[in-house]
Amino acid sequence: MQIYLPIAEVSVNAFLLLGLGGLVGVLSGMFGVGGGFLMTPLLFFIGIPPAVAVATEANQIVASSFSGALAHLRRKTVDLRMGTVLLVGGLIGAALGVQLFNYLRGLGQVDLLVRLSYVIFLGIIGGLMFIESLRAIRRSRSGSGTPTRRKHGIAHALPFKMRFRTSGLYISVIPPVLVGICVGVLAAIMGVGGGFIMVPAMIYLLGMPTKVVVGTSLFQIIFVTGFTTLLHATTNFTVDVVLAVLLLIGGVIGAQVGTRIGTRMKAEQLRIWLAVMVLAVCGKLALDLLLMPSELYSLGNGGH
Amino acid sequence: MIRAALFLLVLALPAAAEEVIAGLSQNRVSITTSFDGSEILIFGAVKREAPIAPESPLHVIITVSGPSEPVTVRRKERRFGIWINTDAVEIDAAPTFYAVATSGPWEEVISDVEDLRNKVSIPRAIRSVGLGVTEGADFVEALIRIRTRQNRYQLQMGAVEVRESTLFRTSIALPANLTEGDYVARFLLTRGGEVLDIYETEIDVRKVGLERFLFNLAHNQPLVYGLMSLAIAIAAGWSASAVFRLIRF
Repeated sequence: MQIYLPIAEVSVNAFLLLGLGGLVGVLSGMFGVGGGFLMTPLLFFIGIPPAVAVATEANQIVASSFSGALAHLRRKTVDLRMGTVLLVGGLIGAALGVQLFNYLRGLGQVDLLVRLSYVIFLGIIGGLMFIESLRAIRRSRSGSGTPTRRKHGIAHALPFKMRFRTSGLYISVIPPVLVGICVGVLAAIMGVGGGFIMVPAMIYLLGMPTKVVVGTSLFQIIFVTGFTTLLHATTNFTVDVVLAVLLLIGGVIGAQVGTRIGTRMKAEQLRIWLAVMVLAVCGKLALDLLLMPSELYSLGNGGH
Repeated sequence: MIRAALFLLVLALPAAAEEVIAGLSQNRVSITTSFDGSEILIFGAVKREAPIAPESPLHVIITVSGPSEPVTVRRKERRFGIWINTDAVEIDAAPTFYAVATSGPWEEVISDVEDLRNKVSIPRAIRSVGLGVTEGADFVEALIRIRTRQNRYQLQMGAVEVRESTLFRTSIALPANLTEGDYVARFLLTRGGEVLDIYETEIDVRKVGLERFLFNLAHNQPLVYGLMSLAIAIAAGWSASAVFRLIRF
């Protein structure tokens, strides 16, 4: 069934969109990532204009992360205090990110920089997570079972300390705010929730327990992507609500299924699968940059 | 060549009394939610006072063009091992949709001079003033190639059916990725490459119903539209969560 999207001004298959939404929703619920880093490139691929894909994806992530976060709230696996601190950084970052996006678009290099940052971020994070979770699995198999040690790093040395009871942490608010800012910038530029950055940052940088990380990241993503949606809707008019509705019908259902799968899997397994997925997307994007494209020319909106 | 053209011009003059009368199967294209492209049937007849001039066959060219917009064409080059956009060319105005249908091979239907004057062929319909001839040509060619692949630019030689040098018909397929606006259908009557008569009519391409409402809302009240999108997202997220809880417990 073909459906015409009023803002994107293209006609696409409705079931294809529902399916894509569902697939990405499952991943969203399982890993606490918004799934935007998968969905946005997929939308480009089926012919949605990039500007519309980025803005609409932000709106869709609001729905899937809200649904996912509710499930986590009920199980009390959300650190609301940590989420709020991350959110403060996230809102600042999103505002900065939209400025940066507009500046780069003027230079005509926004596509390259988005892709490059995808490759770099996904490569580093995917690689680190993969090695780390392999080690964790090997450790648990060998039976020595060393308990996770709380390292006293930078997060403990900086001022403005705060107690995060749910996470069992007493650390400075500066690192979480900085993480939030980075994620906010990425949300605005790449049309992603930023979970793929935030989840590892929370585990490795802040030392939060894995179970709490997913819910907390979803909680923060709701507000940052919501803010980004509003910014895009009011400045670029690129949020396509029909596209968003189709994606989120599939997405919210998928997220519920994903959350349930996630609770049944071991944390290490969860992490290694996320790492594999991140590396796969990274590899695909890197190939696009390295191999000679079949069409060397591209069209953009003129008149700037 | 010039002599031949002049000769044809002289020959064509007495036939100037030939006029086009044309019609479309529809003067409006409504873009609804289920819009999946549209096919417009174009037909017409040649009105003439004098008997048919026998020298050269009558030809009909039909063009349909969408609203023109400026376009930036960028070219990728390999730098530091990766492919990045380097050169860019700004094209002043390129139609968002352009279809040309003719009743015969290009060289027979219209002369180069007439094509230049009336901007009939696809490259001529694109306005690119101040481009370097060699450099710019590559970019314009790329624009045509990309849009042709998207079915936005169509060249259909021999697609116009002419009967008894009087009646003609063709159909033009409008793709699903149509831009809203006033489309112009042009009919050119030619003989020996010279244009005898031109007739123009408009096709109104508009979004209607829900499409219209959402488009207007997004542009006139973006804040309301943005909040509505968010509200829908939150409601969907919450209801899915509630439904799944009902199923589980």
